[in-house]
Amino acid sequence: MTAQGIGAAVKRREDFRFIKGDGKYTDDINLPNQTYCYFLRSPVAHAAIRNIDISAAQSAPGVVAVFTGADVDASGAGGVPCGWLVTSRDGNPMKEPKHPILAVGKVRHVGDPVVAVIAETLEQARNASELVQMDLDELPAVVNMKSALQGGSSVHEEAADNLCFDWELGDQAATDAALAGAAHVTKLDLVNNRLIPNAMEPRVAIGQYAPGTEDYTLYTTSQNPHVIRLLMGAFVLSIPEHKLRVYAPDVGGGFGSKIYHYAEEALVTWASKHIRRPVKWTSDRSEAFMSDAHGRDHLSHVEMAFDADNRIIALKCETLANMGAYLSTFAPCIPTWLHGTLLAGQYVTPAIYTNVKAVFTNTVPVDAYRGAGRPEATYILERTISKAAQELGVDQAELRRKNFIQPNQFPYQTPVAVVYDTGDYEPALNKAMELADYAAFEQRRAEAKSRGKLRGIGVASYIEACGIAPSSLVGALGARAGLYEAATVRVNPTGSVSVLTGSHSHGQGHETTFAQVVADKLGIDIGNVDIVHGDTDKIPFGMGTYGSRSIAVGGSALVNALDKVIEKGKKIAAHLLEASADDIEFANGAYTVKGTDKSKAFGDIALTAYVPHQYPIETLEPGLEETAFYDPKNFTYPAGTYICEVEIDPQTGSTQIVSFSAADDFGNVINPMIVEGQVHGGVVQGVGQALMENAVYDDNGQLLTGSYMDYTMPRADDVPSFKVATLAGTPCTHNPLGVKGCGEAGAIGAPPAVINAIVDALKEYGIDHIDMPATPEKIWRAINAQPRMAAE
Amino acid sequence: MPTISLQVNGKTVSGEVQGNTLLTDFLRQNLGLTGTHVGCDTSQCGACVIHVNGDSIKACTMLAAQADNASVTTIEGLSQGDDLHPVQAAFREAHGLQCGFCTPGMIMSAADLLSKNPNPSEAEIRSWLSGNLCRCTGYHNIVKAVQIAAGQMSGQRIAAE
Ligand code: FES
Ligand code: FES
Repeated sequence: MTAQGIGAAVKRREDFRFIKGDGKYTDDINLPNQTYCYFLRSPVAHAAIRNIDISAAQSAPGVVAVFTGADVDASGAGGVPCGWLVTSRDGNPMKEPKHPILAVGKVRHVGDPVVAVIAETLEQARNASELVQMDLDELPAVVNMKSALQGGSSVHEEAADNLCFDWELGDQAATDAALAGAAHVTKLDLVNNRLIPNAMEPRVAIGQYAPGTEDYTLYTTSQNPHVIRLLMGAFVLSIPEHKLRVYAPDVGGGFGSKIYHYAEEALVTWASKHIRRPVKWTSDRSEAFMSDAHGRDHLSHVEMAFDADNRIIALKCETLANMGAYLSTFAPCIPTWLHGTLLAGQYVTPAIYTNVKAVFTNTVPVDAYRGAGRPEATYILERTISKAAQELGVDQAELRRKNFIQPNQFPYQTPVAVVYDTGDYEPALNKAMELADYAAFEQRRAEAKSRGKLRGIGVASYIEACGIAPSSLVGALGARAGLYEAATVRVNPTGSVSVLTGSHSHGQGHETTFAQVVADKLGIDIGNVDIVHGDTDKIPFGMGTYGSRSIAVGGSALVNALDKVIEKGKKIAAHLLEASADDIEFANGAYTVKGTDKSKAFGDIALTAYVPHQYPIETLEPGLEETAFYDPKNFTYPAGTYICEVEIDPQTGSTQIVSFSAADDFGNVINPMIVEGQVHGGVVQGVGQALMENAVYDDNGQLLTGSYMDYTMPRADDVPSFKVATLAGTPCTHNPLGVKGCGEAGAIGAPPAVINAIVDALKEYGIDHIDMPATPEKIWRAINAQPRMAAE
Repeated sequence: MPTISLQVNGKTVSGEVQGNTLLTDFLRQNLGLTGTHVGCDTSQCGACVIHVNGDSIKACTMLAAQADNASVTTIEGLSQGDDLHPVQAAFREAHGLQCGFCTPGMIMSAADLLSKNPNPSEAEIRSWLSGNLCRCTGYHNIVKAVQIAAGQMSGQRIAAE
């Protein structure tokens, strides 16, 4: 490891612009002659559109154009596409109703965009929108998933029973048989609460059309600009790739919510051609609450079976997954292939069966949010196993240990399709227990009790699948795109390097970590490396950043491109050094003839490639630039154990997290400082889900938690500092860096650790479960509803 | 439209503003100082924190007209030329930022804290910063950054004495 290479805690290079206020986010971009778009959105959850009268708005001061769904339809534009087709257990494809850019015929959720008003200023657009007359015929709202499936009102005609798909995975007969013969079965009904991602930067989109060249540019807050270009160009607006540039500059967090192609992006791009001026839309926070895709929202019934020796013999899980009103880009894959496939967790479970019914409701579409399917799977397993430990009278950590897949069992074929390439789960459990001082917990519980506080400890051992995934596999499972990544390494004549990567950084620090990989491989100073991302005009191709895939997939593409550069350099060096290319070694930034001191620096080779006076020009092209596409062979499987300790005030029901310990196996690590930062951030999002965050709709489909006044986000004084250990771990066996991905672990492992701790604290009241979010009110009610079991 | 005149980052600026123009909009749109961010519409995220007459405030809660004659410092004016303010340097040192969107507001809040309480406890730091939302960092490294900056600044004060 060099001071700047792989494994070094290099300080981030991108920080300078951010700490000086010099970041360039999409809303910081203003184009000459730009107009402002305001979306008039549905105020109700479900209604037939009788008439929309825009005449008064059209003649309001400053108004440039007013568009409705009819205008968009008449232009032949398509709907917002879904990127994943799930097939039901009866062999039928999922129901896939059209998702219009602006509502046509019906509005289907509060916030559904109906009219786009474009004016000289935002204020004028907003004022004019108030003159639009929307004549809506309200229909009964479909909100609750269980009643949605019982018929009545339908969100879409194509799905009269509101069922999008009915999917299964695993061996039902074997699972049922094991459950029937089990020594013990633990049962649990779980709510995985609906979350609103809330990246701090609201979404922004600016569309620009150049009549002279017929080129379009979309500036947007996206995690994957090439995917947006593909979806919007091919499916919505019929713009060929070479006429459409999508540029996502600095992006202020995503967490999944900026993966998807959104209607607003298509509308501003489409409208910019109609009015021949740039069109800018900036979401305000209230708008974000009802137009950014939400996350989670599952209801599950779980049964976990044990033999007489406390070994898990089967797991059965039935889940209802809320899709919201339309299918967002990845929505169908979240509760299925990113969820059912993780239900083995870290445990040997011979039989698993899961059934997932996806339901349309009159709510904002639900899609991936940090973890996406894997937090739900982990919550199911980790809540259930802690409840089982309680019921069986054994220690929750030891029950896990007993059931772990053992190191000699890898590669491990789970009963739910996936094969874990590598892992070793006990070291993380042991490390977390050490960090948490698990052994001395009962003393702390007793001490807390003397102060009138209830102290509890919760363990959660998560696994996740990152680095999505082999294209052939995801294709077979319904993905409508490949999921490789691309990287170009451009060595400039003076030896500096520009990397063009299809991964996108919106907080992850790629400008540092990717540069570390280059510095390490080429032996050059990190200051001579530039990481370029986010612009489809500069970068050959890319699938973007989500599912903790950047270093595992994008980093692997980068390594492969670097290897090609090094190989070509060997041929140039061989020529200069009058040796055979087979005899040339590359190390520490120099090409050397094996066994001699004859050598050329990397910079000399770069210069020679561009000034090929003395060059094998007959057999080798000049220049030094290589591109690689990397398609992974498997997912990667990071895993770890988190331990949370809480103190509850029984008088108020309020929970304080007094300690949180995390031990993770992410395989090899490029930059431990950045990795720990990812864990901190993920854990706090997980704590947010467990304790406070909840998107709530009333029976009419009104979003009751539509601002920071009602949707509680974790703040600095809600959480402690953390104890985090990144283990040496088990390197991934199938990618060149041996890396696994670390971005989502915290959000996956934290919720069950927190809830397990709370339930442990409350066990003396006979409470065996609290649903998320475990608000003070919920805990207080639970305490006060139960007869006290412990002798006073 | 009223005309206002104020000091921003040490320079006198003036401009015509509507009565309802927010200070955030004036800074971002009229002056092009886009380091001050807007993350919400209910004055709860703190992405917009600046200093007005030496106190940190949420610029989205103030009308531009109210800043007439005021002295304003934004994130762009916190450092002296190329020399970073100790809080800025500490945020980088401690990896106190990821996407950077909350960062200007966080830094301006933290700088004000340290000007009023040079040696805050962890609880005081967390309480002071509870008006600033960060969705990326989990606050752990932000707290660390403020502690590092506090140490740095007290070192500087001792050296100056
Ligand atoms: S913009 Fe959120 S508090 Fe000012
Ligand atoms: S660094 Fe992204 S919101 Fe704080």
